Amino acid sequence: MGKSIIEKIWDRHIVNEEENKPDLLYIDLQYIHEVTSPQAFEGLRLKGRKVRRPDRTFATMDHNVPTVNRYFIEDDIARKQLEALDQNCKEFGIRLADLDSPEQGIVHVIGPELGLTQPGMTIVCGDSHTSTHGAFGSIAFGIGTSEVEHVLATQTLWQTKPKTLKLEVNGKLGQGVMAKDVILYVISKFGVDFGTGHIIEYCGEVFRDMSMEERMTVCNMSIEGGARAGLVAPDETTFSYIKGRKYVPKGVEFEQYVQEWKSLASDEDAVYDQEIILDGSLISPMVSWGTNPGMASGVDGNVPTFAEDIIDSKELNRALEYMGLEEGMPITNIPVQHVFIGSCTNSRIEDLRQAAEMIDGQTVQKGVRAMVVPGSQSVKRQAEDEGLDEIFKSAGFEWRESGCSMCLSMNPDAVPSGEHCASTSNRNFEGRQGAGARTHLVSPAMAAAAAIYGKFVDIRNLKKTEQVH
Amino acid sequence: MEPITIYKGRAAALDRKNVDTDQIIPKQFLKRIERSGFGEFLFYNWRFDEDGKERPDFELNQPHNQNTSILIAGENFGCGSSREHAPWSLKDYGFDIVIAPSFADIFKSNCMKNGMVPIALTQDEVKYLMERVSAPDYELTIDLPNQTLIDGQGFEVSFEIHPYWKEMLVKGWDEISITLQYDEEISAYEQQKKVVSST
Ligand code: SF4
Repeated sequence: MGKSIIEKIWDRHIVNEEENKPDLLYIDLQYIHEVTSPQAFEGLRLKGRKVRRPDRTFATMDHNVPTVNRYFIEDDIARKQLEALDQNCKEFGIRLADLDSPEQGIVHVIGPELGLTQPGMTIVCGDSHTSTHGAFGSIAFGIGTSEVEHVLATQTLWQTKPKTLKLEVNGKLGQGVMAKDVILYVISKFGVDFGTGHIIEYCGEVFRDMSMEERMTVCNMSIEGGARAGLVAPDETTFSYIKGRKYVPKGVEFEQYVQEWKSLASDEDAVYDQEIILDGSLISPMVSWGTNPGMASGVDGNVPTFAEDIIDSKELNRALEYMGLEEGMPITNIPVQHVFIGSCTNSRIEDLRQAAEMIDGQTVQKGVRAMVVPGSQSVKRQAEDEGLDEIFKSAGFEWRESGCSMCLSMNPDAVPSGEHCASTSNRNFEGRQGAGARTHLVSPAMAAAAAIYGKFVDIRNLKKTEQVH
Repeated sequence: MEPITIYKGRAAALDRKNVDTDQIIPKQFLKRIERSGFGEFLFYNWRFDEDGKERPDFELNQPHNQNTSILIAGENFGCGSSREHAPWSLKDYGFDIVIAPSFADIFKSNCMKNGMVPIALTQDEVKYLMERVSAPDYELTIDLPNQTLIDGQGFEVSFEIHPYWKEMLVKGWDEISITLQYDEEISAYEQQKKVVSST
């Protein structure tokens, strides 16, 4: 029986295998950020332990950082958390992309940018969206702070072998349908826990056709379907993306790695614990209407009704009440007062290009506050080189510094209570973008269109759409 | 970590599905650099209104749910963010055991690292318990070594837990000290360079 890429990577990382124990799994790379690491470093200090492999550890500041004047952090506690990361990295010899660094950005944006994320690796971070890095054909998953400490001290984790899920989406996506729509469609169809206990391998034409940035958008949201990790087997798209990046081997060595990486692909007779096959041509641009990413529907659809019995009536009731929506109302009738283009799901250069293309000389609807927060300093520089910042600014968007920003609103960026936000982020949980804030998850192009129209519009009906995909 | 073997306590029911860690502990409380003191912020936006006053209709604010140490919730409890602040706040508030039909993976693992036991029961069993917990004399006993849960009124179920995590919880071990005993194996692995990586 053949092996899937998931099993191949897993098996290569087993340090110790014993009956009645999880596998002791070697971790190739750990990313660190300011929010989930201070207690881990403190734990090391209390026990007099060292970081085993500072060279396999990389830190950045992202969650707390202001995106207007980044050197003015009003919030004392937030500033202390950033200072703590700085001190911890100095004390334990860890590389840090701090606020002064041209490499600073959201951890899941900069890792791939720098070429730290590579195929075949095991990657962890105290952050559930670590699944993003699976786009490169690695097993990448989020962990808690105790596990962060465990990896710092031992470069390993005790992990039970996950189940495998093959998610195949065939066919071609329609115009105006993006990676974000694909993953929102999957989660809305199968629920926010269909992937629990599994690692997903995304297969099929739709994912093969995607760029690396699109694959990252998909893998990023694996966790919203309950899967700790999701990956795409590395191929030429992967190799040409990583070639030449800062931490990637060069020359002959690179070619050797490519050979090795190619051997990771799942064997044809690999067996999975679960398989799902979908038709990509059936997917519409998606908009979430509720309080978890599974509560989403096509922009041409409606908010569900109680009679349809798609969602438990208690849950539906609570969600509609929080979101201030009526059962059965068309998605295109939902008003939008805020637009946020950013987050580790959709803040890369292609995302910004798609949003900018949608704007095309139009302006933000009166009464709408719209902002773009690039995922990293490097994305920001590139966008400015391409003149995208001017397109956004002249349309009435705010153009910000890089960070997590209004994805979770730990910094001063937030949506006021009761107002609706079209957001390219990944979570529409209650209060995520501010107490009482009503988040609707969409693709960058859909978000840009919502900014222009002040409501959700089916971008397939707009002339511009042809150029957007 | 405090060892857990036989555990007795009263339970509170939170009959909601897909409770995410953003609800368990909202982001504005994640800025602290300590592990302690998160209990007062547990379910903050559900427990308190905008003026910081208790919302009387929220489950945990109701009188019969006071002094409980076992939380019973709907499926997929603890989904979303990996923040370990979620179990820290539950534990600090007083919950040592969480019972639900299912848990999100990271949350479940985070609980066990903090001496808390996540117990998955069937939908029907959870429903049965939820219907009864508000009675003042209703108490649950969890026998971790034998993996059973009883209510002293004839209800008894067994639950699954990986033998490794069970031992860790029952003995109250520090996992890192155990792993450090594998130092040789880890070094041997690193020398073989089985994995391609250039970082
Ligand atoms: S952008 Fe949002 S989801 Fe991504 S790491 Fe930051 S806070 Fe988490």
